[in-house]
Amino acid sequence: MLLILTLPLAATVVCCWAPERARALVTVVTGLACLGLVAALAAAAAHRDLAYHGILRADALSAVFLLATGFLYAAVAVYSVGYLGHGRTSTRYSRRFWTGLNIFAWAMLAAPLMNSLALLWIAVEVTTVISALLVAIEDTDGAAEAAWKYVLIASAGLGLALLATIFAYYAGAQLLGQHYDLAFSQIMLVAGRLPHAPVQLAFVLAVLGYGTKMGLFPVHTWLPDAHSEAPTPVSALLSGALLATCFYAILRYYQVASSALGPRFPRDVLLVFGVASLLLAALYLFGQRDIKRMLAYSSVEHMGILAIGVSFGAPIALAGVLLHVLAHAAAKGNAFMGAGVLVHKFGTKRLAAMRGGLDVLPWSGPLFLLAILALGAMPPFGIFRSEFEIVEGGFGSSSTVTAAILIIGVTVAFFGLAATVNQILLVPRTPPVRPPAVPAPALAAAARADGAVPAGTPEPARNAAAGPAAVPRGEPSAWMVVPVVAGALVLLVLGVHPPADLTGLLARAVRELSGVR
Amino acid sequence: MALATTVAPPGVFSGSANVIAVGVLLLEFGMFRQALLRDQVRLYAAQSALISVLAVVVAAARHLPDLYVLAGLSFALKVVIVPVVLRRLLRGLGARGEGPGWTDIAGSGSLSLANTVLLAIGVAAFGVFSIAALGLRSPVLPGTALSISVAVILVAFVLMITRRDVASQAIGFFSLENGVSLTSLVVAAGMPLILEIAFLFDLLVAAVVFGLLIRVHHGRADSLSTAELTSLRG
Repeated sequence: MLLILTLPLAATVVCCWAPERARALVTVVTGLACLGLVAALAAAAAHRDLAYHGILRADALSAVFLLATGFLYAAVAVYSVGYLGHGRTSTRYSRRFWTGLNIFAWAMLAAPLMNSLALLWIAVEVTTVISALLVAIEDTDGAAEAAWKYVLIASAGLGLALLATIFAYYAGAQLLGQHYDLAFSQIMLVAGRLPHAPVQLAFVLAVLGYGTKMGLFPVHTWLPDAHSEAPTPVSALLSGALLATCFYAILRYYQVASSALGPRFPRDVLLVFGVASLLLAALYLFGQRDIKRMLAYSSVEHMGILAIGVSFGAPIALAGVLLHVLAHAAAKGNAFMGAGVLVHKFGTKRLAAMRGGLDVLPWSGPLFLLAILALGAMPPFGIFRSEFEIVEGGFGSSSTVTAAILIIGVTVAFFGLAATVNQILLVPRTPPVRPPAVPAPALAAAARADGAVPAGTPEPARNAAAGPAAVPRGEPSAWMVVPVVAGALVLLVLGVHPPADLTGLLARAVRELSGVR
Repeated sequence: MALATTVAPPGVFSGSANVIAVGVLLLEFGMFRQALLRDQVRLYAAQSALISVLAVVVAAARHLPDLYVLAGLSFALKVVIVPVVLRRLLRGLGARGEGPGWTDIAGSGSLSLANTVLLAIGVAAFGVFSIAALGLRSPVLPGTALSISVAVILVAFVLMITRRDVASQAIGFFSLENGVSLTSLVVAAGMPLILEIAFLFDLLVAAVVFGLLIRVHHGRADSLSTAELTSLRG
């Protein structure tokens, strides 16, 4: 547990000074090591709660969120090697990028491990300020604007979350005395007897505050800006891991509130926010002009689904929610990474300029298509299973109307995504200058995409810069394909047959969430 | 009426605590019309100083030795270090020919001053009455201070929303945090010192990041106004 916290920090320090290649190497190794550690931790947490001196604590619920973050950290670390390997980066840029990436991942891994609600708040606040700097790293007008909106709105939201923390302390101090330190394990012991008014206040403030960072409806406005302007690896982390981390914070307050107040009140609060987010985001998915903005609205939609799933409260819906967190991390990571390749290939984020992706990108094109199908909850993938469970839970707990709204929203969102992606990938390019097929580089690229030869050799597709119309066939870098393949495999496994260890972990987390110990 | 018999006149302690809390709220209102960046930062420092004083008052009256340390730290950080950091980061911003720190941010309000103040009064009143209705009792401070602290937080939101320059928005966020500190003095005075210190340190990091981003913004837009920040929408 300690290793998970110290490794990324060490990597951060190394990245401040080390030379270019060492930075990438260290980050990749750290990412993979963290993934391994997190998996080991999750295996242990499926059977018992882990604690370290009362400061750190991991139960099954935190393990689920750690898995999502750990997987994305590793995938993004590998992907970034390819992402940065294309000229345009100065040493300064790459140093900032790698350092920021490591410390950002560190903060997100730290948040679910914290035992205290106060330390949890601090970890989330650290993710905010670090990721704001990462959004601003591109140094364009759009990035500066997005970073400013992001840091201001998210910080204001976290101000409310801090207020929630303080009211939670107040509620706990009535029973535990003035000197308790907001430890979650302590507060849960007495949760049944907490005074009602401050807990209600704390829960609503927490949903509003952390919900700002999670991208729930009325306070989601920073999200599309930040996701579209950040460097692609950061977008993937923001969307797949950061939103989930904030959802984790809300779930902690949900646990406290539902044992103090009964499940009715917190579920109703989450239901309102969830339905609003889902419907709004599903409608916004139509008519987007920017590929990364489109994916960002898809994130808002999925966060809405998570909130609705919790509001159903049935055990199977909760299991679906937790599975959805994992599957969404893999799918959204894949989609952003695929989008990054497309953006790189076509040199623009505008959807109108992207056509014929399948012809041009032999690997990333189909993988991006798969990621979008997964996001739209098509059958063989993990999100289908999780949404199915959520809907089933909804019908089971007689929230039929909400479940129907959920299905409609998801379907609308799917059409929005599918229509756009269809245009990007399948509609053939109709350029006046269609270059003849470039067999040799394409073959070479495909060979490297297999992972046979490590990247780092000069890129044959570099001559793509010749003109916007001439986009030769070929992958930019094998580094940008391998993590996406891994993500697709994870999605497939989650959808077809989740391993027994994982289902055990999820079942335990569900018991924790619904208060049955 | 029973009112006259049940309400005891406030003692010296609760009286002074309430006066300080009201002072914090008034300074928050003062930020609405401040025209110069430097003075805006000064107002923030004054507000933070008041809160440190309140912490000392509480510590003395209620015998909470931890709070002396907290008061000292928050004075050092919020009254000295954060304003200095902000001023240093913002030095030299603004149109040419003006002295450092004299950056003009007047007229960046999206409503007229009178309307803003009226709106803020309404919002503050809402905060005061809604918290009073909840009936939270504090072992340390009078409940009025809690209501006022929530009013400070809401007014800080109004400040962040109505002013259209990055500096005022940042100061709005910091004074929002001041409001939260005030709340925590009222309802969570016994919170362990280590957590409070962590919060303060976090504030420092946030101040540096805000300052950096303001610089980035100024470097690109050549002004502190957010009127240009309209390209991302939809």
